[in-house]
Amino acid sequence: MTERTSDGEPLPAPSIGGESVLDPPPAGTVVVGSAEPAAIDVLEDAPPAAGIGSAPPTGTGRVRLGDRVFQGMTSGAGAFVVLLVLLVGVFLIYQAIPAIRDDQVNFLTSREWAVSGSTLRFGIAGLLWTTVLISVIAMIIAVPISIGIALFMTQYAPRQLSRPIAYVIDLLAAIPSIIYGIWGITVLAPKLEPIQRALYHLGGIPIFKDKGFVRGSIFDGGVVLAIMILPIITAIARDVFERTPRQNIEAAWALGATRWEMIRMAVLPYGRPGVVSGAMLGLGRALGETIAILLIVSAPANGAPFSASIFNGGQTFAAKIAADSAEFPSAPGPYIAAGLVLFVLTFIVNAAARGIVNRRKDFS
Amino acid sequence: MTAALNSRPALQAAPGTGLRKAKNSLAAGLVTGSFLLALVPLVWLLWTVISKGARALGASQWFTSDLGTRTFSDSGGGALGAIVGTLEEVALCAVIAVPIALLVGVYLVEYGRGWLARVTTFMVDILTGIPSIVAAVFIYAVFLKALGGQFAGVWASLALVMLMIPVVVRTTEEMLKLVPNELREASYALGVPKWKTIMKIVLPTAFSGIITGVVLGIARVAGETAPLLVLVKYTPHTNGNLFNGFQGSLPLMIKDQVNNLGAGTTNFDGTKQANFAAERMWGAALTLIIIIMLLNVIARLVARRSKISN
Repeated sequence: MTERTSDGEPLPAPSIGGESVLDPPPAGTVVVGSAEPAAIDVLEDAPPAAGIGSAPPTGTGRVRLGDRVFQGMTSGAGAFVVLLVLLVGVFLIYQAIPAIRDDQVNFLTSREWAVSGSTLRFGIAGLLWTTVLISVIAMIIAVPISIGIALFMTQYAPRQLSRPIAYVIDLLAAIPSIIYGIWGITVLAPKLEPIQRALYHLGGIPIFKDKGFVRGSIFDGGVVLAIMILPIITAIARDVFERTPRQNIEAAWALGATRWEMIRMAVLPYGRPGVVSGAMLGLGRALGETIAILLIVSAPANGAPFSASIFNGGQTFAAKIAADSAEFPSAPGPYIAAGLVLFVLTFIVNAAARGIVNRRKDFS
Repeated sequence: MTAALNSRPALQAAPGTGLRKAKNSLAAGLVTGSFLLALVPLVWLLWTVISKGARALGASQWFTSDLGTRTFSDSGGGALGAIVGTLEEVALCAVIAVPIALLVGVYLVEYGRGWLARVTTFMVDILTGIPSIVAAVFIYAVFLKALGGQFAGVWASLALVMLMIPVVVRTTEEMLKLVPNELREASYALGVPKWKTIMKIVLPTAFSGIITGVVLGIARVAGETAPLLVLVKYTPHTNGNLFNGFQGSLPLMIKDQVNNLGAGTTNFDGTKQANFAAERMWGAALTLIIIIMLLNVIARLVARRSKISN
């Protein structure tokens, strides 16, 4: 906005019937969505003469003080968020480097974690393996089901039901992860035990090997994680499926396609990038999940040999940090380093997911 | 125009025959099945929490006293300390996060041009995906390790701020975008400065939508456990001071009960020592779910009163 008066004086506030429109509206009008009528009153009641005598904006005057302050505040808040994320990265690096330098074993390839003594011996290989494995299990379960739910909501369910169904699925996202954790270990894990035992006998496949964790295996954690990321993937998949161009769908109908053939020809190809990015957002959530994994998945004994079995115990980055939070005061460095790796992992996954979503937006 | 559209014969799915029909039916079955499958854990979990937690909530002391010095085998006590801690930590978080998030949302919609806006949008996305434990470790590294702070509720609030900001920014953004541009232009035409247009026209119009976002943001952080575990430390005593000392909260109370689940020795006569940990754990879980569901219901009711809609 620019000055409208030639002498540089601030323009008096526009007034309607002697009452400045800039005065606070009567009590009650600002509250809970009832303010729009007030805004319309301003527009409708404005006498036609309101603009007379004021020159049109020239673009050469200086910006009003109020505008400058307000713009400064809002862009300052924007800059604060940018700074905050950068600070997270910088501070974690800054605090992690001394610990990594003192590390007696290779930080990236070692599976050891001994930080209580005088020498630090820690590596992230074991944590990384568990984190990736448990997330992959969760994705394998959650992605197909999410696509199914999203298709059900957009293509099969009656239109009036779509919203209630979305609400129900969102409820899954509203439940705190600690409650998933206690439910997972005390209620669900015992029910998964027979499945696990059955898979033990599938002829010695390495990933199904019995490692003595009938309850609290990585598999148990992955199943619960799948339930937790389901609503995230579903929400995004539903969003893109809904936007399938009408022409594509009707073209499929015109060819005499069945509903499923139409979905394969029109809906799925159109929605693929959205599903991929939704899955990656779910993956980002899965990588960073803490308390549910901590409660459900048991930690194997320190120094236990490596096993590729999904029925092994294990610790993810997040669970390790939370589990040892009592040790922080004595040796925070290694945990900050683990936090840094987790931050970098989720940063990459989320940035890639957003990249896909945003590229899609440009074309549609 | 509409008449022309309506007079067109409606296109719809062909029934198909043979293998195509079978595939179609199979797909329909799988898709419907996946939805029903997703309902199983939801109903199962809610039923578990309600049925196992109701008993604790029914006790007269649940909302009026804390656990204090009671061990897992002592009866009585309640979740007062945990409820107070959760409400205080979340309230402080909201007080800090909401103004920042509103300003960022206004910036992105009303002012955001150029590189800073692009970088801000990107960083809000990154903040959305930041794991709560990373936020906790960051706050720990800054305020406890570097600046020498002691465990207290305030640090948990700060970590929660990082998790709440992106939720509120996103909804604020969505809602401000829904405000018709005509309202802004009409206001400018009257000579109202841009900042007053935003404060008096744009924000009030989007008010209920923004409140919905705020309430959902609060619900999102109320159940967070990881930051509390790292930054506060649990005490069963009521501590109303956010800035000093350990503080109980519902998530940490649940976690503390988990540690005692299997505890208890067998007495000489063969009976097991009493253990109230499970009862308290489910009670605290139910209390937490009730708080979060209440917030969600409030958010829906406020959203329903919205004057603008998509």
